[in-house]
Parts: sequence; structure tokens; C-alpha cells
Amino acid sequence: MADFPKPKEMFDSIDYALPEKQWEDVPPDLSPGNFCYPTKRKNLEYLGLPANKDEWSPSDEDWNLPDNWQTIIHEGFKDLLGKYRSLKIFMDTCVRCGACADKCHFFIGTGDPKNMPVLRAELLRSVYRNDFTMAGKILGSIGGARKLTKDVIKEWFSYFYQCSECRRCSVYCPYGIDTAEITMMGRELLTLLGLNINWILEPAANCFRTGNHLGIQPHAFKEMVEFFCDDIEDITGVRVNPTFNRKGAEILFVTPSGDVFADPGTYTMMGYLMLFEHIGLDYTLSTYASEGGNFGLFTSADMMKRLNAKMYAESKRLGVKWILGGECGHMWRVINQYMETMNGPADFLEVPVSPITGTRFANAASTKMVHIAEFTADLIRNNKLKLDPSRNDKNIVTFHDSCNPARGMGLFDEPRYVLKNVCNNFYDMPESTIREQTFCCGSGSGLNTEEIMDLRMRGGLPRANAVQYVHDKYGVNMLACVCAIDRAALPPLMDYWVPGVGVTGLHELVGNALVMEGETERTVDLRQEPLKEEEEDADE
Amino acid sequence: MNVHYLYSLLAVIILGLIAYAGSEGAGLTWLFGLVIPYVALLIFIVGFANRVWGWAKSPVPFRIPTTAGQQKSLDWIKSSSIDNPSSTPGVIMRMALEIFLFRSLFRNSRVEISGDRLSYKWVIWLWLFAILFHYSFLVVVIRHMRFFLEPIPFVILMIDKVDSIFQVGSPVVYQSGVVLFAAATVLLLRRVFVPKVNYISRAADYFPLFLIIGIAFTGIVMRYFAKVDVVGAKELAMGLVTFSPGIPDASIGGIFYAHLFLVCVLLAYIPFSKLMHMGGIFLSPTRNLANNSRAKRHVNPWNNPVKVHTYEEYEDDFRDKMIEAGLPVEKE
Amino acid sequence: MNDRNYIIIGLVVFFALLTFPVWYNLGSASSAPEVVLTEKAKEAKICIEDADFMRREHMQILNNWRDKVVREDKRTYSGKDGKEYDVSLSNTCMDCHSNKADFCDKCHTYTAVDPYCWDCHTYPEVTK
Repeated sequence: MADFPKPKEMFDSIDYALPEKQWEDVPPDLSPGNFCYPTKRKNLEYLGLPANKDEWSPSDEDWNLPDNWQTIIHEGFKDLLGKYRSLKIFMDTCVRCGACADKCHFFIGTGDPKNMPVLRAELLRSVYRNDFTMAGKILGSIGGARKLTKDVIKEWFSYFYQCSECRRCSVYCPYGIDTAEITMMGRELLTLLGLNINWILEPAANCFRTGNHLGIQPHAFKEMVEFFCDDIEDITGVRVNPTFNRKGAEILFVTPSGDVFADPGTYTMMGYLMLFEHIGLDYTLSTYASEGGNFGLFTSADMMKRLNAKMYAESKRLGVKWILGGECGHMWRVINQYMETMNGPADFLEVPVSPITGTRFANAASTKMVHIAEFTADLIRNNKLKLDPSRNDKNIVTFHDSCNPARGMGLFDEPRYVLKNVCNNFYDMPESTIREQTFCCGSGSGLNTEEIMDLRMRGGLPRANAVQYVHDKYGVNMLACVCAIDRAALPPLMDYWVPGVGVTGLHELVGNALVMEGETERTVDLRQEPLKEEEEDADE
Repeated sequence: MNVHYLYSLLAVIILGLIAYAGSEGAGLTWLFGLVIPYVALLIFIVGFANRVWGWAKSPVPFRIPTTAGQQKSLDWIKSSSIDNPSSTPGVIMRMALEIFLFRSLFRNSRVEISGDRLSYKWVIWLWLFAILFHYSFLVVVIRHMRFFLEPIPFVILMIDKVDSIFQVGSPVVYQSGVVLFAAATVLLLRRVFVPKVNYISRAADYFPLFLIIGIAFTGIVMRYFAKVDVVGAKELAMGLVTFSPGIPDASIGGIFYAHLFLVCVLLAYIPFSKLMHMGGIFLSPTRNLANNSRAKRHVNPWNNPVKVHTYEEYEDDFRDKMIEAGLPVEKE
Repeated sequence: MNDRNYIIIGLVVFFALLTFPVWYNLGSASSAPEVVLTEKAKEAKICIEDADFMRREHMQILNNWRDKVVREDKRTYSGKDGKEYDVSLSNTCMDCHSNKADFCDKCHTYTAVDPYCWDCHTYPEVTK
């Protein structure tokens, strides 16, 4: 990417001046670099999704839509309105007060008015008015109605793939209108025409077949995990022995496959394995349910259900008592708000009880799935872990609340409690950028793809900007998070905007601080870098 | 420049003139005073019920509250029972705060670029004028009950008294009317002059504001300036609500009919417009549900059957590799 | 979750509140009050202005009178017909309209108007 703008150039290019033309008359920019690559046909076919006529590119004039595309959308829209009260309410109640406008990280970073949540929803709403309301039918464009044209479809494709479903706008909306819901519906409609992006459907197809987004086959999955065990042994002198697909284990552990695939997620995976070994947890990993994340969420409710079904199916087959879930953002939105409703009842499982502390997780009494941060926080609270936080002393840490655990769950204090116990230097970012007001990494909901790097850097700017603040003020050099997409998306974001800040999962820091039984003295951290930064401590 | 407001302004002026001319000039007082109010009310009730029932017909398949605070998890972690309610009382509190105090709007902030940084400022203006607008409107409506009730209940008299407590002028000035007019005007000016808000505003946003400003304007004019026979106004109103409609002998004045007509237009317009937010707020699934779907089972009435990839299919696909890697299999 | 019952209840309550005046006034057929003129007023035929004007503007006139007398010490008012009147509620108005209950209060009560004239002035009945 030779012509990629420098950070300063990008920052200075942000312009909130509005176009001369009304938004209805401004076509979306579908030049290369401004759209996600469309999905390959094989993924649509594998998943049994409708495909449009031929291979196509968003920059093409003709998208080869099926002949009856208008009917498909109209009927699909009607179907969604009948299935989701949320959609009806969100179509009808917006007063366009504008409170959401500058809450979207994509708007903040691009200045494109159609990235204001209100206009993103208007893209759908204008068609809704035209097709389903009396006022829209009578008043036409004066009433804010718009006929569904091929250009509108293009606009939908452009802007529903410039939303990361982070729900930040819905915190500020006086009616709780949730653009994530709008985007999900919009994408579901587009999928009816075979329009989806490869970065979402390829993982979804992979996950359907191999059990995980990355398409890691069972033997490879096992090998990769065992590779971490070797690393752990090198670092600590302790051999950890995870099991796979083992029947009769007490707990099934499911984490995003990113954690076994790429740094720095892999270090987080090592942290889990060390923790479980240390406390003697009777758990197993599954190669079939080897994915916590769920790219079905970014496609349709049905696709989400299809991918999610493996967790309960596998826990039933293996006869475990309950499920423990790793660090992942949208995975936890699915588990917390959808899983049991879609694939329950989980009556073959038991209410989760920590075998170490005896704590009964009543908050997961129905879903029977516990977040690893809840689990570990409980361990620490009950003094079951011996921790040496000084091993993380070279890290001055801040915490990024991932959108989904933040606004689709409310997981705020558990990870912070763990962090404060495993490292000595922790500083939160400013209040307006954390917890329920947290900013997206800029790459959520399937947008973590190379070809839209410009958009991702812009969308991640508000997050980076807040990190910059604590970087300057406290010398923060490590951004902790509980999300696999974050662990993939934040490193390039930090390198771009705030060089010198690394990214870590919560349990990587736990792994560093954890004093395991029988371990040799540690000189390196899980990244096999020296525990203490020598002389060059003052690199600022 | 967004000129959508011109349509709306024009529409409201024309509507006002129609009623004024129709009653004053053409003598159609029976139409504007008797027929249209009944029709408008009927449209409002049927339209409103129909719209809400339309919402009610669609289920809420998933619990999707926007969690704006700490979840209820471990006993020793303090949960945010209102912003992230785990039970019905919390939800009721959350809804009450939304409905009565516009809590979400209160969080409003503005992003600013200062130098090479972004910054966020808490801004209260939209919240403030929205609150002033809605509450003054409510007081105005309640105060108008003096025209519809006989004898007038004490509580209405008290509200009337408090609303005119400064005893300015004669007839005494009602604060609520002035505040309503001012707040609606501010909200309108915001739409015209704040570029972002202007860019998203359409005729459907300006029309109700002009309409309400028009109602407040005609109301203020006939109370303080071009006075009308207030006893006649009440006589007409009482006739309507006791179903013995009649036009009083005394001439009430064209401005009164213009006022009444604009109110009727507003009533009839509500069910087909964004003003349905008054009902929608109660049913917003990101606000009115508890974040307890991990603790309690919630059923989706249409839970679609879907094709899944079973373990058996998976093992069939990878059996040899699994055996080779030493992974347990169901079928050797 | 079936919340339709709650929604119906909500609608019913809302419409009941909305149509409250209908229920409240049920069975009580009230008619607008008529002003009663005393013999003296009937005889005079004309007030300081014509009746229609007085009906709408009397509060404004009284307010102006109050200011004139109290702040400017001007005690005469020229009526429409050129006749001069003493600016005085008790002595001019109440001279003819001595029947406060029938002339003033009926309409004021009907429309929830509570003028503060009587905070300072006394009614004729009391002075008698």
C-alpha cells in the first residue's frame, strides 16, 4: 500500500462539511478500496444461500441481480417486519433529533454523513416508508419515501458494510434505536440477493464445515494447541496437558479460533491453558465446536443459529456439565443475548459451579455458559491463584472494552478486577471512551479485512485517540482487551496511530502473573521476551 | 441548502388560513368547530391503536437490551440495576427514567477536533430544550382541561394557578405557553441552522414543529391580543365532549377556529408520523427488556428450524485425520 | 414472551385518559352561564364600551385602569361615546354591576379564571 496516507494526512483529511447535494442524491463511493470484496460463489453454495447470477464486483455498473430482485427485497422486508418488533419500532419512532450523529466511530473518522447512524437507518427507512406506510405512499419523497432502485441496493451494500454493529449509537438514542439491528436486517436483505462479503461468508462457511472460522481441521487444531504447550514448557518448565473431544469432562472450553491461530491471541490461549492446568480444571477442548465467535451474526439470525448450534450439540455429546467461554466480543453477544433462545433449552447441562471455589454462577443458570473473566475474577477473589503482578511491570496497561461484551452484556468490572490483580500499572482511558461509551476497534462485524484498511483506520481513530491520551499521560504501552477481533484489529491500528502500544488479551497477562506449581524461575513472558525491559526502560 | 422546511411552513400557514377563512368568511363554523374535531379524534384513536397493534403483532424474538452498565454476575461486583437491569423493577426504573427524564438524551456529547486530537464534550442543550418542550406541552394540554370539564377539578385549578404564578398582565401570562413556543422555536432553529441536523431533516421533521408553533402562536394571540370569547370557546368544547355539539351564539372568532383546526390536524397526523415515538418508546426492545437471558430462558415464537452441520457429518468428513492425530472418534 | 395483554392495557389506559372529559362530564348537562344584568345596568343600556368589546377586553381595561390610577394618578376614562368615567372598579363598574356573583363570578368560575381584583378591593355586598 504505497499510497496509503500518513496518519497526519488522514487525520487532517477528516472534514465534517456536508455535501451540497441532499443525501438521497449522493451516490456511494464504490471505487476499489472503499468496499469489502464480495463473497466467492462457493461459500454461498456451500451454505445454501441464494446466489446472484454471476461473479461480480461492487465497482461494476451491473451487479447481476436476479430478475425479481425487487420482489425478493419487498417480501424479505415484510418477513423481517413480521418477525422483529425491533425493526418496526426502529423504522417508526426515529425523530431525527441527531443525538446519534457523532457517536459513530465511522462518522467521526470519515465525516461521511451517511455514516451518521440516523442516515444509515434512513437508507432502510426510506424504502420502508415507500413500501409499507400510508404516509409514504401518499406523500412520496416529501414524506421521506424512496423507491427501491438498484442504486439504493448499492448504497445499502456500501453503508451496511461500514457499520460494525457496535451499538454505541443506541446508548445515546432517546428511543434506544439500535443501528446494529438495522444493519443486521439490511445485511440479511442483501444476502437474499446473494450480496455478501467474502470476509464474512468464508469464515462462516469454514465454521460450518470445520467448526471454526479459520478452517482449521481437527488434527491441525490439536497440533497447534500442542505447540503452545511446548512453548509453555519452555517458558515455565511446566507441561500442560489439554485434552480434545474428551467425553466425561466436567467443562467444555470454547474460545475463538483466532486464539489458536494468530499472535497475540495465541498468548491469550497459552494463558488459558496455564490457568486451567494450574487449578486442575477438568475440562476439554473440542475440535468440532472449536469456534467461539460467530460470523453468522453478521449474516442472518438463521446463520448465527446454524453456527452456534455446535456448542450445545458438542456439550451434549461429550456429556459435560457446563461450558466455559473464552475472550471474544461478538461471541458473547451471541451467547448472552441469543444462544439459549435459539438453540436451547440447555436442560442437559447443569447450572455452572466453579469446581475450585464452589461459586454458583446464577447469572448463567439458563444458558449454562460462563465468561472466562467472570471465572477468573471469582478465582482471584477467593484467593485460589498465586499471582506475581510484577512480572507484568514492563506493561503499562489500559483496557479496551469491546463493543459487544460492553453494550450487549455489561462485562466491565470483571476484566478490570482481573487486570488490577495481575498487573501493577493499570490506567483507564477517559470516561467518554470506555465502558458503555466504548469505541469500536473499527473492524468489528466482519470488517476486519485488508482491502478497506483506510476505513478501518478511520473507524478505529476514536479508540486510538483515547489510547494516545493515556499513552501520553501515563506512558501506557499495552492495550488489553477481551476480544479476538480486537486482538487482530488493534495491532495494526496501534501501529498506525499510536506506535509503541502493544495489544494483549486479558489472560496473557494472567498467564504472565500466574505462579504455577513447580514452575522454574521465569525470565521471559509468554511472548518469550525478557520480563524486564533492560536499560532502555525510558524509551519515551 | 435543505429547503424542506418551506413545504412544511407553507402547509401550516395554508391550513391555518383555511380554517380562519372558512369559519370567519364562509361561515363554516360547524365544519371546523364540530365535524373536524370528531373526525380528527377518531382518526387519532383508530390510527394510534392500529399502529401500536401493528407493533404488538410482531414478536420480540431475542432479548437485545443495550446494556449501559455493569451486568449482574458475581455477588461482590456491584451491578448497575437501572442501566443494565436484571429484573423487572430495574426495567421499570430504566423506562421511567427514559420516559420522564429522557435519560439517554441526557448523555449527549459532541465530538470536536482540537489540534491533532479528538475530544468529547457533554452537551445538554438538546436534552434541555426537549424536556422544556415536552413538559410545557404537557402542562398546556392539562391546563386546557378547564375547557373540557365542568365543574373544573381542583387539581386543574391548581395547575392553572401555578402556571400563571407571576401574575403578569391581564389575562395573566401562562409560563407554559411561552416556554412551549420558545422551546419549539429553538428546536426548529436548530434544524434550520445546525448543519448536521439540517442535513438529516425532512419535511416530516419540520411539519410537526411548525404545526405546534402554529398552535402555540394562535393560542397566544387569541389569549393576549386578538381576544376571543372564552365562554363561547368552553361552550363549544363542552358541547363536543358531552356529545351535544353546537356552535355558541356568540361569535368566538376565526383565530379560535384556526387554533382548533391546527390541533385537529396534529391529532390526525400523529398516527402516521414520527410523533408515534410517544408510543414507541414504551416498546423499544433495547430499553424495556432485562439483561437476564443467560439466567432465564426466553422463547422465540418463530424459532426457525435450520440446517446444522452435525458432529456425525463432521466426523465423517475428518475421521481418518482425527484417528491419525489421536483424537477420539465415535465410529472407528 | 407474550406482552400483548400489557400493550392492550396500556392502550386502554391511554385512551381512557385521553377521553377523560367524556367520562367526567357524563350525565351532567351543563350550559354556559349567562351574565345577569342588574336593573340599573339594563337601564343604562351601554357600558363604557359596547358589550361585545367589554366581554373580550374588560380584563385589559381593568388592568390599564389599575396602572393609571395607582402609578399615574389619572382618574378619568373617556368612553367610546365621549362620556367621561371615573376610573374605579368599586365606584364605576360595581355601581351598575353590583351583582358580583351573577355578573362576574359565574363566567370566571366556568372558565377557571381567578382575577386578583378582590385581593385589594372589597365587593359591594360587603360594603353595604
